[in-house]
Amino acid sequence: MRICVTASGNSLDAPVEPRFGRCPYFIFVDSETMAFEAVPNMAMNAMGGAGIQAAQLIASKGAKVLITGNVGPNAFQALVAAGIRIITGAYGTVREVVEKFKRGELRETGSPTVGGHYGRGAGMGRGWRRRYPPPY
Amino acid sequence: MIIAVASGKGGTGKTTVAVNLALSISNVQLLDCDVEEPNAHLLLNPKINRKEPVYIPVPTVNEKLCNYCGKCSEFCEYNAIFVGSNKILIFPELCHSCGGCALICPKKAISEKQHKIGTLNFGSAGNLELIYGKLEVGEPLAVPVIKAVKKQIKNDKNVILDSPPGTSCPVIETVKGSDYCILVTEPTPFGLHDLKITVEVLEDINIPFGVIVNRAGIGDRKVYDFCKEKEIPVLLEIPYERVIAELYSQGVPFSLKIPEWKEKFKMLIETVKEYAGK
Ligand code: SF4
Ligand code: SF4
Repeated sequence: MRICVTASGNSLDAPVEPRFGRCPYFIFVDSETMAFEAVPNMAMNAMGGAGIQAAQLIASKGAKVLITGNVGPNAFQALVAAGIRIITGAYGTVREVVEKFKRGELRETGSPTVGGHYGRGAGMGRGWRRRYPPPY
Repeated sequence: MIIAVASGKGGTGKTTVAVNLALSISNVQLLDCDVEEPNAHLLLNPKINRKEPVYIPVPTVNEKLCNYCGKCSEFCEYNAIFVGSNKILIFPELCHSCGGCALICPKKAISEKQHKIGTLNFGSAGNLELIYGKLEVGEPLAVPVIKAVKKQIKNDKNVILDSPPGTSCPVIETVKGSDYCILVTEPTPFGLHDLKITVEVLEDINIPFGVIVNRAGIGDRKVYDFCKEKEIPVLLEIPYERVIAELYSQGVPFSLKIPEWKEKFKMLIETVKEYAGK
């Protein structure tokens, strides 16, 4: 089975990156052979919808499980629509979390773990948000 | 004549100035373009006569036609579309209504529907006509709502636009097309910093402008020095006075209670007319 882990580096020994849509790398691991592919996150600095784009990538790569730190509401919806199982709150290296998953030590989440961003840093207060030029 | 009232940062008294100005002239329309946090109505207690929704077009997918090819999602620069193997999701709050996905869809499965992003409120307080827009919570696009507010401008009226604070797109959307822009600032280092940025923007879009110094007496002289150097007229100083502050804290426009100020705002309008060449 193909598992996707968000990571801050491009190897099995890289630490898990907690930010789903903004992680530097997606590591796709074959749970049987531990063969892996590291895909850099092109949407890391996207203005908005990084989580949705990430979900799109993971779905297109045929992963069935996502292991990460936090998932926002939009990405959560998209992952669920794609039938991807979502595991949040993971920490350690990519290799460690995949092993843990195989031993059944990780639990799936049933809801988003962080609030929405609306792509432009809402929640950081009005002053901050207003400095972002909307691309409209 | 259209006068925009703007400021580089929030809390400088921009709305107070806009409201007092509007109260000092006749045949006036006050348009509150600060659609994220409109507050001119809080000072005016207007009677709201009617409301109107503001929509933007967003895509909707006919799943009977869609074959989940993913072209729309690939195309969308704002990541507003997710295509799964047998499901497609649209995120209207990310969509910028460019219409591209509908054009690109090979199956012609995408059409447009209206998505509500805000409300226009039409009110009146005495002879003053107040219109303000309010963006829905969580909707990021202020500009279409500001456009909807500005569509209500009547050419035969004296129009005062209360701009959002800052210098981002919503501010430019508000200010563009005005005959004159009044910048409200404070004589403090923060006020000066934000004033400088706003001045640059206004010079760029080529709108004549002048400055009102609010809470004059606090801070230092640097704002004045800057205006002198740049030859920016200081139109008015509103002193940091107890009476004014008290009326402000009660939510009462101070020119209503202090006739002398009503005269000052009237004269200000005349000055602005001259500067604007009207
Ligand atoms: S481009 Fe058209 S057919 Fe392809 S996934 Fe999008 S809506 Fe469906
Ligand atoms: S209209 Fe433009 S911004 Fe909106 S979903 Fe379609 S492609 Fe994306």
